[in-house]
Amino acid sequence: MELLSFGDTGWGDELFIATLMTIAVSITAMLIGFTFALIFTPLKLSNNKFLNLIANSYTTVIRGVPELLVIYLFFFGGSGAIMYVASIFGYNEYIEINAFITGAFAIGIISGAYSTEVFRGAVQSIDKGQFEAAKVLGLSKFAKFYKIILPQVLRLAIPNLSNVWQITLKDTSLISVTGLVEIMRQSYIAAGSTRDPLFFYSFAALLYLLLTFLSMKLINKLEIKYSRGY
Amino acid sequence: MDFELMFASFPKLLNASIITLKLLSVSLIIGLFIGFLFAILRLNKNIFINKFAYGYSYVFRGTPLLVQIFIIYFGLGQIEYLRSTFLWVILKEPYWCAIIAFSLNTGAYTSEILRSAFQTIKPSLIEAGKSLGISNKIIFYKIQIPIAIRQSLPAYGNEIILMMKGTSLASTVTLMDLTGVAKYIISTTFKPIEVFIVAGGIYLFMTFLIHNLIKFLEKKYSFN
Repeated sequence: MELLSFGDTGWGDELFIATLMTIAVSITAMLIGFTFALIFTPLKLSNNKFLNLIANSYTTVIRGVPELLVIYLFFFGGSGAIMYVASIFGYNEYIEINAFITGAFAIGIISGAYSTEVFRGAVQSIDKGQFEAAKVLGLSKFAKFYKIILPQVLRLAIPNLSNVWQITLKDTSLISVTGLVEIMRQSYIAAGSTRDPLFFYSFAALLYLLLTFLSMKLINKLEIKYSRGY
Repeated sequence: MDFELMFASFPKLLNASIITLKLLSVSLIIGLFIGFLFAILRLNKNIFINKFAYGYSYVFRGTPLLVQIFIIYFGLGQIEYLRSTFLWVILKEPYWCAIIAFSLNTGAYTSEILRSAFQTIKPSLIEAGKSLGISNKIIFYKIQIPIAIRQSLPAYGNEIILMMKGTSLASTVTLMDLTGVAKYIISTTFKPIEVFIVAGGIYLFMTFLIHNLIKFLEKKYSFN
């Protein structure tokens, strides 16, 4: 137990901060994922074959390739790509992006592919009458999507989005390979310096279980809130 | 774009994908047994057996695969007692540690898939079997199992693809699988995009094959 005490002697405070880091990365990644989903879902549902192709290749490639490989791509290629863009604008210094942004972006792109599929399914399960009513009222395409479809989609999508959240939360453990100090990385450091990997990795597993358990409770509340009136 | 590197790394990566496929197939086979066992335990009326099976799948589905591998590879070796038993022969090999972790993980997901498949079988089918005077055992083997397998094919196909991606974590415990070799080439050449295209292409091809195999099986065993 003293291994977990707060202060200089134990790892309690470090692991607590690492847990907050895991939560922060997961939420950031989820939000980045939503942004991607908001861009790609309309592309996926559009009648234009070319736009379809772009959106389909995004979701197929990301969902068919291991998360770790995507993270390596961003970890090793991220600063190179930014430096290339910067050099076009005449800036030639070395740029290093921090591990948090790289990690959140890599996980966010993965999470976005899953969210896109969830939103697509939800939009397709909305009653046709809603689309027609919006058209009859003379709403613009933009207003139709953001004012009529999106609020209804959110209700239908929440159960499946909770799965995406779970996947995203667990995927953040992979960012530890880039050196960002979240639960997994902190346990790795603690296990290395105390030579007690069994204890620290089991404790990490416990922390993840706690996080998934608590977030499920929260999402259930959201689900009840958004299905009022149905 | 460095095409020369892409051509040069292709055979190396293709060679490494054999390890990926080996890891995948062995853990899927063991995982299927575990999944079947725990699905049946979940349907048991005894509350302790039931809760035990639920706890197993909850823990393995609620924690990242990476933690599971690390507990088995780094953690179990710490127990002195284990080092003196024959289990140590298995547990000191990263290959077998990865297989154990993957099998337990996919077993947990498979048990959930099979359980829901068993539960969605229409009671009338079982009643029909009973009214024909077929024994419970034969109803289970000849009616429930075939229907459950057919029901769970689409979900199990997804699980195979998820597991294929999961095998990439074997590279964190020193195994040189497809992702491991890709990372090695990236870190020595600093050409992440080229290597990503080749390695990702191989993964996508495998996904494509699995997807079509499942589709074929679904069609073959469809009820209509």
